[in-house]
Amino acid sequence: MAQVTLNRIVKEYEGGVQAVKGIDLDIADHEFVVLVGPSGCGKSTTLRMIAGLEEISRGEIRIAGNVVNDIPPRDRDIAMVFQNYALYPHMSVYDNMAFGLMLRKFPKEEIRRRVENAARILDIGMLLDRKPKALSGGQRQRVAMGRAIVRDPKVFLFDEPLSNLDAKLRVQMRTEIKKVHQTVNTTTIYVTHDQVEAMTLADRVVVMNHGVIEQVGPPQELYHRPLTKFVAGFIGSPAMNFIPARLANGGAALNVVLPGGITLPVPEERSRRYAAYAGKEVLFGLRPEHLTEIRPNDHRPNLAHLQLTPEVVEPMGMETLVYTWLEGTEVSARIDPAVAAAPGQALPLAADMGQMHLIDPQTDRVI
Amino acid sequence: MALDATTVTAGAASGAPARPGLTLQRFARRRSTIAFIMALPLIAVIGGLVAWPAGYAIYLSTLNRRMTASIGLENFAILLESETFRMVIWQSCIFAFSAVVLKALLGFWLAHMLHHIPTKGQRIWRGMLLLPWVVPPALSTLGWWWMFDPSYSSLNWILNAIGAPSVPWLGEPWWARTSVIIVNVWAGTPFFMIMYLAALKSVPDQLYEAAAIDGATGWQGLRYVTLPMMRNIISITVLFSLIVTFANYDIVRVLTNGGPRDLTHVFASYAFQVGVLSGNIPRGAAVSLFMFPILAVVAFFVLRGVNQRNREMA
Repeated sequence: MAQVTLNRIVKEYEGGVQAVKGIDLDIADHEFVVLVGPSGCGKSTTLRMIAGLEEISRGEIRIAGNVVNDIPPRDRDIAMVFQNYALYPHMSVYDNMAFGLMLRKFPKEEIRRRVENAARILDIGMLLDRKPKALSGGQRQRVAMGRAIVRDPKVFLFDEPLSNLDAKLRVQMRTEIKKVHQTVNTTTIYVTHDQVEAMTLADRVVVMNHGVIEQVGPPQELYHRPLTKFVAGFIGSPAMNFIPARLANGGAALNVVLPGGITLPVPEERSRRYAAYAGKEVLFGLRPEHLTEIRPNDHRPNLAHLQLTPEVVEPMGMETLVYTWLEGTEVSARIDPAVAAAPGQALPLAADMGQMHLIDPQTDRVI
Repeated sequence: MALDATTVTAGAASGAPARPGLTLQRFARRRSTIAFIMALPLIAVIGGLVAWPAGYAIYLSTLNRRMTASIGLENFAILLESETFRMVIWQSCIFAFSAVVLKALLGFWLAHMLHHIPTKGQRIWRGMLLLPWVVPPALSTLGWWWMFDPSYSSLNWILNAIGAPSVPWLGEPWWARTSVIIVNVWAGTPFFMIMYLAALKSVPDQLYEAAAIDGATGWQGLRYVTLPMMRNIISITVLFSLIVTFANYDIVRVLTNGGPRDLTHVFASYAFQVGVLSGNIPRGAAVSLFMFPILAVVAFFVLRGVNQRNREMA
């Protein structure tokens, strides 16, 4: 078990291209941290630098207080689960899991005890004699996790471990990973591009973009209080609506004026925060789940009513997504499936202005 | 009822006799038929150049010296009683096995070196190292013959220059056998190198990374990841090379012509001497057929291992 500290980490490739641009991160003992971001954001490179598979151009990585910059992967006491499992195809499941212990010259009895224990946790006891070829994708992923667990390392590293699984199995394995972490409680760093995985698994989520950390925080904080437009748009599915708007003075209060003249009142408690932007162009951000049908006896404060005409309606079963375009900007809303919504028919909606965000278009930071 | 009606109709349709034209069309469209037709030219070439001569050699080996009457397996019996031939078997085995082992080791070492050179530089080295394999062996062996020449040996000149005595490269049996093996290894190593290089490139990097994280040193990675992952290519390459080396003719013919005192003959050169130079074609054919059972046994075990690993791993 160990803390992991990243101090001004830079990864620069030949030709001066920087994949990681000086990031700082402190990961506490036992913590489950997820690095999330789009392809090319530097999350996998960061993980590989922690693993020792990628050289660090500048900066310092500490595991359990020791600087590991020049320590080879085998001496970092870490275990990694790869996207493509990276199981040794010529070895049985047992040998795959025992390999790391065998190299470290553990007694055979101890190896057997650990492998069987990990196999029990992961429910793969009956697969120990099989070769990886004879396993399904989910089983292979369990074996890869087993290989990590038996080592009882200081840190677990997961590099997009669920990307090769189908949607149903992914959800199942996600729960398994969470269960395993709750059982073994090892410091875990997990890389994914899937924000749902990040939100469901992490104690803290690290959102990366273009080689820098945009925001670090618990999932709920990232969801409710994003610091940048990127984080606001990346976390949540469907993504947050961003509508170009103008912040207008409406007497004592402020109003958000959307394209088409739709005017929505800003909650009074936010007036002071937004006062400096009065009269300016801003981006109005509202998640689809905060733009709903008008409900009877809805006690949410700061509701504002508006009427939109859906152009596309997507019934999902437990909810219906409706899409419309406001002068070229797509706006989505999440409504109750019982509400009759049809393309081309005006639909009265309620915007929960208590959940609104305003973004400065000059800096892309949430105001 | 409606379902029953549908079932009956479907059954009747599938049971109806197909038109002959349609059957022929379907047969022609089958993937196996197309594959067979496309492979037909190759089958004809193999039939004409391999199967027919092999069958004819078997037939010849059962004839008497004048090829006028069948004498059954007498040619084989006479050969087995001949001390010279028993020596040829022994020499062929030593030549083939030692040359193949050396080629495999050197090829693996070179492939490993090349694999770690950046791609740009790798191409030049790969091209240069392939040269011995590309040059016609009869020509390159002539070059070696000149280097081994007792009077003008450049190798001896180098040895003398560093104070070492001259070596009778082709004059003494042990050195002559060694020289033949050296030339065969020189010419055949690039084949191993290129096959192993392809095999090395096919091992996923993630396996090495997983091994490094599991705690493997470079040597352990080679032993537990690289070699097991290359076993099929190693087996196939060794088998192929064994067949070609066993049947080698040109190097022995150009360098030693089987001498001194028949002590460097291998199957092919001895078969040529007995069959063509001594005019006993049936016995020459019998000599060449002796290679077959040895190689068949090796091929059986190698291919069985390859198939088993393919089933388990691929």
